[in-house]
Amino acid sequence: MGKAGGKAASFLPAAPLALFFAVAYLLPVAILTAVSFRPDLRASGWTLAHYAAFLGDGFNLSILLDTLWLGLQVVGVTLLIAYPLGLVYMRAGPRLRALLVFLILLPLLTNTVVRTFAWMAILGRNGLVDTVAATLGLADGPLRLLYSRTGLVIALAQIYLPLMALPLNNSLAKIDGNLLRAAEGLGASSAHLFRTVILPLSLPGAVAGCLLVFAGATTAFITQTLVGGGRQIFMPLFIYQQAIGVQRWAFAAAASVVFALTVMAIVYAFNRFARARLRGVDA
Amino acid sequence: MREARNIPFDLAVWLAGAAAIVLLVLPTLVVVAMSFTNEFTLRFPPRSWSVRWYGELFANSPQIAAAALASLKVALIATAVSTALGTLAAVVLAGRKDRWAVALDSLFMSPMVFPAMSLGLALLLVLSLAGIRLSLLTLAVGHVVIATPFVIRMVSAAAQQMNPALLDCAASLGASRTYAFFTVTLPLIRPGVVSGAIVAFLTSIDHVPVSLMLSDPRTETLPIHLWAILEANLDVRVAAVSGVIVAATVAVMLIVDRRMFVPGREKG
Repeated sequence: MGKAGGKAASFLPAAPLALFFAVAYLLPVAILTAVSFRPDLRASGWTLAHYAAFLGDGFNLSILLDTLWLGLQVVGVTLLIAYPLGLVYMRAGPRLRALLVFLILLPLLTNTVVRTFAWMAILGRNGLVDTVAATLGLADGPLRLLYSRTGLVIALAQIYLPLMALPLNNSLAKIDGNLLRAAEGLGASSAHLFRTVILPLSLPGAVAGCLLVFAGATTAFITQTLVGGGRQIFMPLFIYQQAIGVQRWAFAAAASVVFALTVMAIVYAFNRFARARLRGVDA
Repeated sequence: MREARNIPFDLAVWLAGAAAIVLLVLPTLVVVAMSFTNEFTLRFPPRSWSVRWYGELFANSPQIAAAALASLKVALIATAVSTALGTLAAVVLAGRKDRWAVALDSLFMSPMVFPAMSLGLALLLVLSLAGIRLSLLTLAVGHVVIATPFVIRMVSAAAQQMNPALLDCAASLGASRTYAFFTVTLPLIRPGVVSGAIVAFLTSIDHVPVSLMLSDPRTETLPIHLWAILEANLDVRVAAVSGVIVAATVAVMLIVDRRMFVPGREKG
């Protein structure tokens, strides 16, 4: 048997999944794209009208940009929370580490609706935050955090924190303890140690976490609608309303394509940028 | 040795770390406490306690039970299919750097970042154009696409730790590829396969956008049903459902060996 034949045969076990993805993933996405260029779902002919309608309307564009901005805000907040958590994890003994893994996994394994519901009870009228603020005399009246942008970003950051913490902790745990001791022995302060040793070496985990959190937060339909409320519209709800609500299938398809392309482009660009910067760091 | 430590920085890190841990745990505790409220609102803390919402949930909530059953069926099908196909693919692709392997791997991993609402609409359009009725099976097909990347990630992590010389040994002793897969590869990567299946199940049972797009009254899953309840009128029964889910999760985590979830760690 020739070398090429042997190579093709070696892919054989991946064939069922490749076939499944071709039918259930690539074909639907191709048809979605095709429909977005049609006048209507079952109409023939080609048109750019839906893209023109989506991209030419400032309101639609603001929804798209706001969704991406929400993703970036959530990524920023999760980074701010995950790094201290990771540093504690790094210096923890095996028992504390096991406990931390349990605590990080627990919210990840409970349902998203449950976690979102929790935030409604925390941020809502007479919820936990209101009660605490009133008890401490910090506020005289409801804080109206539910349905606010701040509340939404905090809730999403907490809900997606595990997706940042797991890869980041993995990276931090791999850092050679001798490096840290050497740096400390040479007189590096903890802040300096963090900036010059820990931060660069943990970037692979942070990058993986950023991508997962960004992808999650931009498509978090449940949390966006329940904690964000009716006045904040993001792309997932917009697509849902246009498709199921008013049945503008082709327009919804165009909006879906634009949304998917922007998210994938940002993920790809970030990945490329990060890999270029990380060359030389052992992932 | 430690005179150079920066006390304010260390203190800030530990305080922020402690705050992060509180933030991780707090919502779960709030939900569990909330489920024992005696009130009709989400006032927290409740003024009086009871198990009335659990009673309400178990006694007369046939729709919630039906949605939970639908979720369970879809998740079981999606887990079986994604674990079987994903494991086969991951074993082939793990650690390979040639162009076709990398391309296939990127394809299989891409649903992780492809917006699921767009995928849901894409599937709905195909089903509608092909004249296929929505069912739990069509929903499970979508969930397989969503869950497969997690299976592949877990299984390839396990497969990469395997010593490739073992397969050469099996081959030189006359084992066929299929025989070697079942007798050598599969037992060695079993922790990866099991954790892949668990994560696939959890992903499916928690998934919303594709389920939402492909849902009709017969295929409504639990998250979609709970979402609809919360959108319409903050029914406190959701707190009881949440309590049940949290309890089930903790029970499963205590039963299943925690080490299996930690990626890249050798099982002793």
